[in-house]
Amino acid sequence: MSDTHHDHGHEHGHHHREPESVLSLRVRALESLLVEKKLVASDAVDRIVSAYEEDIGPHNGAQVVARAWLDPAYKQRLLADGTAAIEELGFGGVDLKVVENRPGVHNMVVCTLCSCYPHALIGLPPVWYKSFEYRSRAVREPRVVLREFGLDLPENVEIRIWDSSAELRYLVLPERPAGTEGLSEAELAGLVSRDSMIGVAVARPPAPAAR
Amino acid sequence: MNGIHDMGGMHGFGRVDREENEPVFHAPWEGRVLGISRACSAQHLFNIDESRHGIERMAPVDYLAASYYERWLDRTVRLLVEKGVITREELDRRMAQLASGGDPAPPHRDPKLLDRMLRATKERTHFRQPGPPPRFAAGDRVFTRTDAPEGHTRLPRYARGKDGVIDAVHGTFIFPDTNAHGQGEQSHALYSVRFDANDLWGASAEPCSPVHLDLWERYLEPAGAAPGRSTS
Repeated sequence: MSDTHHDHGHEHGHHHREPESVLSLRVRALESLLVEKKLVASDAVDRIVSAYEEDIGPHNGAQVVARAWLDPAYKQRLLADGTAAIEELGFGGVDLKVVENRPGVHNMVVCTLCSCYPHALIGLPPVWYKSFEYRSRAVREPRVVLREFGLDLPENVEIRIWDSSAELRYLVLPERPAGTEGLSEAELAGLVSRDSMIGVAVARPPAPAAR
Repeated sequence: MNGIHDMGGMHGFGRVDREENEPVFHAPWEGRVLGISRACSAQHLFNIDESRHGIERMAPVDYLAASYYERWLDRTVRLLVEKGVITREELDRRMAQLASGGDPAPPHRDPKLLDRMLRATKERTHFRQPGPPPRFAAGDRVFTRTDAPEGHTRLPRYARGKDGVIDAVHGTFIFPDTNAHGQGEQSHALYSVRFDANDLWGASAEPCSPVHLDLWERYLEPAGAAPGRSTS
């Protein structure tokens, strides 16, 4: 079991307080103590880890977005009460607010204080979302940050930043790309990236073959 | 608290680095920390606000030096020690035992715990609780308090003492500032508040980039009230 990847500059330049083997040992010791006290069961930890590795990810949110693109009544319900609307598709565990991109308005989500993120719909956050760089800068210079992500928005497009400071979680409803008429819900979902639901990207255009 | 975690608007951190095809966990221990932490929550050993405040109380140099899941580990151990669930000596002893091979903990299965942990990923949250009716309505102009409490709060420093507008009334929610300190849930109104970038960042603001924060009523005063006057 190697922990060496974990040092690849995610929060670059910061050294670790402990050698990683010690860190791993410390976690095993904590789990062992809590199992002995019957407060933690290792199979429950295994199952949660595999749920996040296999089941809970951006494909969930992409399905919600594709449904909203295809069904105007669903989109209306989603924007009015995100929590109830995702329950229709079997998702939950989150008090959800959906914010819609439209011509002239782009939305972008951050958590400056910690790492709040709609796990149930887009999985666990990537390291960059939790990074000091993103957390410090997204609220103050969103246009510069978006350009680093390859998204250069004109100055007349309003960028609405949602700093997740309470127990509501924010999901961006990206604009449906042009040339996607006639695509199925599954095909549309394939155009919806995790980053587009955080608001640091837009939905992908359809591949020519998909038209 | 005016902690290192309160990073919105800070200068000096540089470009946002991204990793292509990033794995969910970068090492097995990260997943274990997440699972252990979720189990502790499901066992009601600590609540979400205590857990956030547990991370905020790391020494600033340690916070900056640690990776994300190292902060989670530090928080989990800190809270379990404070609550008397484990001791640091016990943890050190167990590390030594494991290092010399073998795990003295007998296997333990708990299908009910697993069920609670899985349900927490799917069911409605419990953060909305009954509370007094909201004082403000959408469109009202407000002013954020300038208090700098030593304890947990969710009003970031960059948005203190600022003019804003109520964008939406979310309902009544458990209040983190008290719930993190064993002072009860004290649920009350939570609002989405919109701030103009110019009001937050002055001359260095980017054009057309308002920031929205979800703020509890106790962080707010009606616009026009004397700035920073505390009412509690």
